[in-house]
Amino acid sequence: MKDVFTIANKNFNSRLIVGTGKYKSFEETANAVKASGADIVTVAVRRVNILEKNQPLLMDYLDPKSITYLPNTAGCYSSEEALRTLRLAREMGGWRMVKLEVLGDKKTLYPNMIETIKSTEILVKEGFDVMVYCTDDPILTKKLEDVGACAIMPLGAPIGSGIGIQNKINIALIKEQSLVPVIVDAGVGTASDATIAMELGCDGVLLNTAIAEAKNPVLMAEAMKHAVIAGRKAFKAERMKKRQYASASSPQRNLI
Amino acid sequence: MNNLNVAKIQLNGKPYEINDGINLNELLNKLKIHKNKVAIEVNGEIVEKNKYINLILNKNDKVEIVKFIGGG
Repeated sequence: MKDVFTIANKNFNSRLIVGTGKYKSFEETANAVKASGADIVTVAVRRVNILEKNQPLLMDYLDPKSITYLPNTAGCYSSEEALRTLRLAREMGGWRMVKLEVLGDKKTLYPNMIETIKSTEILVKEGFDVMVYCTDDPILTKKLEDVGACAIMPLGAPIGSGIGIQNKINIALIKEQSLVPVIVDAGVGTASDATIAMELGCDGVLLNTAIAEAKNPVLMAEAMKHAVIAGRKAFKAERMKKRQYASASSPQRNLI
Repeated sequence: MNNLNVAKIQLNGKPYEINDGINLNELLNKLKIHKNKVAIEVNGEIVEKNKYINLILNKNDKVEIVKFIGGG
């Protein structure tokens, strides 16, 4: 049975979205992305280094025609900066689907939700499909949906922390009430964290550091691919009820 | 004669000398940058790719050229 992942009317096979930062080389980035099976990769917008001519570009290793680039606004601390970045990204090659993140604090990289909501509203009016990195607050995620976000992306834990989903209750609540896809973005450290996100019913997982900082990134990318599939299937299969005491697996009758 | 045809612009935050009157396409050629791999802002305004040829750079223009890099 096909289990298509749809964001802003576009269909994707993989529910895993991976970042392309923190890798040792573009080769390693490309190999890890391939092993992860992701259809979407996040990318950042930065100044070209004028002094280094003919330097290799990410696009030379990850073809934007065969994988969906999701431009992000990492490093932006105000609505103005984020809007400028995404408008430039769109001009680069027609990207309409973007990842908005407006940060509020350098130490925690926690999102500034006031600026985030404001930016989402403007970007939606400008015709962007906005996937939004946000806190795991169900009231604020509802607000994001109201202003037109095409995907809600609550953090499982701070960016790059690798400590896994800290508030499963909120993530499940957000998923339950949301009409657009919910993708856990940030905090995943290892395969089981990604599986938990999917078991909670989330539509997808976005991660970067968990793969890039693994000792063997390509192997971890493969693990994440399976982890997301496993979690999704477990969710769809509807798990057994939990019991306080044992329940024997072998029949009790006709014992010898 | 000296420096008569040279204009100083701000390119990605740093002073940069160009031949006065060149357009954005010519600047990209000089920098060996493919226009499909970047986006450009001149004096805070994004320039569409099909307008590069008509955009003549002037003294003190602020030019930003950006690309995609790895990010999360």
